Amino acid sequence: MTLRVLIPGISGAVGRMVATRLAAAGHRVAGIDRRPWPYPPAGVDVYQVDIRKRNAEDIFRRFRPQSVVHLATVTHLMERSEDRYRINLDGTRAVFRHCNTYGVGHIVFVGRHTYYGAAADAPLYHGEEEPPMGIDKFPELADLVAADLYAGSALWRHPGLITTVLRICYTLGPSGQGTLARFLRGARVPLVLGFDPLFQLMHEEDEARAICTAVENPVRGVFNVAGPPPVPLSVVIRQAGRTPVPLPETAWRVMLGRFGFPALSRGAVDHLKYPVIVDSSAFLQATGFRHEHGDARTLHEYRDTFPVR
Amino acid sequence: MSILVDAETAERVARLELPFNSFGFDPYGISREAVARAMIMARLMYRKYFKVTVRGLEHVPPRGRAMLVGNHSGGVALDAAIVISAVFFDLNPPRLAQGMAEKFINRTPFLSKWANRTGHFTGLPEHAARLLRDERLLLVFPEGARGTAKLYPERHSLVQFGTGFMRLALETRTPIIPFAFLGGGDAIPTVFNAYKLGRAIGAPYIPFTPWIVPIPLPVRLDLRFGPPMHFEGTGSENDDAVSLHVERVKQTISQMIDDGVAERSRRYLTDER
Repeated sequence: MTLRVLIPGISGAVGRMVATRLAAAGHRVAGIDRRPWPYPPAGVDVYQVDIRKRNAEDIFRRFRPQSVVHLATVTHLMERSEDRYRINLDGTRAVFRHCNTYGVGHIVFVGRHTYYGAAADAPLYHGEEEPPMGIDKFPELADLVAADLYAGSALWRHPGLITTVLRICYTLGPSGQGTLARFLRGARVPLVLGFDPLFQLMHEEDEARAICTAVENPVRGVFNVAGPPPVPLSVVIRQAGRTPVPLPETAWRVMLGRFGFPALSRGAVDHLKYPVIVDSSAFLQATGFRHEHGDARTLHEYRDTFPVR
Repeated sequence: MSILVDAETAERVARLELPFNSFGFDPYGISREAVARAMIMARLMYRKYFKVTVRGLEHVPPRGRAMLVGNHSGGVALDAAIVISAVFFDLNPPRLAQGMAEKFINRTPFLSKWANRTGHFTGLPEHAARLLRDERLLLVFPEGARGTAKLYPERHSLVQFGTGFMRLALETRTPIIPFAFLGGGDAIPTVFNAYKLGRAIGAPYIPFTPWIVPIPLPVRLDLRFGPPMHFEGTGSENDDAVSLHVERVKQTISQMIDDGVAERSRRYLTDER
């Protein structure tokens, strides 16, 4: 069945992959983004507008999407800004309002597994029913968590709208986009001395496939999405062709952002001490989704695409 | 595998029926290499340093979910190390008994990493339930930290049991294999526990022996496993019903300790040391 799919946030790496896949599968695709996508493939129309502005609503009115994939959130945790908060919260509210007003049948909200937070006393595997933890130590997560909870609340606020909330683990791929890709970019990657948490990652193509699977199999609820089983961060760093450098926690403030290390907020330290791993069995059961890329292949592809200079 | 790993440990690690990936990690982050390194030390203790007698190992199932439930004996986790060694070195195929660790361990640098790589996760119900559903072998000390804090004169006693393990056993339909461990209190005779000092470094307490530090003496240790105990229920029963089941397990372990003490006395009198 051919669907009319609208993708707010289409110009990002994931948005482009999702749009391309959906168009190739025969669906009609339109997208909204402040950023340009100069040459989208055939069957994909891109409107360069802000999701929070009135002309974005006009696209809902004219295109009459049957399905919406909400990707217009800023998820990377390296920076904190007022604009990011407005995009994540006001943008999400606008998308759901328009979906409700214009009779959209299904929305896929793409959130992150970092929703659960990292804490010493948290369980290793998180199920969808668990509340977010550790936001007090990592306030940069607050807007993402709020957007996720807002999207989840549509399950009872708009019972006529099938809402699928995806909490996707870290992704990596040739686009070089995403929290993990940015963290791994330098030649030396910091670890917290004495800790080596498990990291769960999936290839960005698998992420796009998971989103398309959700579009084509509308399921109501909140679902964790993951790929291969997790591996320790030190393995991720080495397999990505980088050198892990264990730093005492006390040295982090001095070292980060200098000497070739990535700039991280203080709250990120817990995410490098304790794992955030999700149980994705419910998504697998509901949609049959299975990842195609193994962790070694994903990491080696990143290593070859972004060699250390 | 490192050249420092002895042949027996290497062979046992290779036979572990855990789903290690191409990097040598299972889905919980247990590392084949870290287990091997930990078991080198455990083997030296189990085979060389202590004189360990194990009875009833046939009661531990070679595969499938099970809960090893026993007493604490000794100021540090010597009991856990010996139980883990017994099912690793003397059970066929070898199994990795996974302990439920105190919360402070996961917050402590290096200790956290070591515990996670060798399969000993923070004692949360979520961890225990998940491991059991994955058909793992769980090692549980229902006395908790109160049990390891027993002083030398109390070494053969049992303190209050928690009930969480029983609810989990009922919920996941897991057999309980009771065990009694004797000799830990002789190896590490705790004469004093420094609770304030322990809290200052994030641990429940620091045990002191007559020679101050808890370095164990090379004594005889006895470990005896009992037949599996099966309980019917859902895990959502009221406290009274669950406490009755817990009391049955406690009584069984207490009897096994008494039997072990009597045997150790007979052995002493007949100079079988």
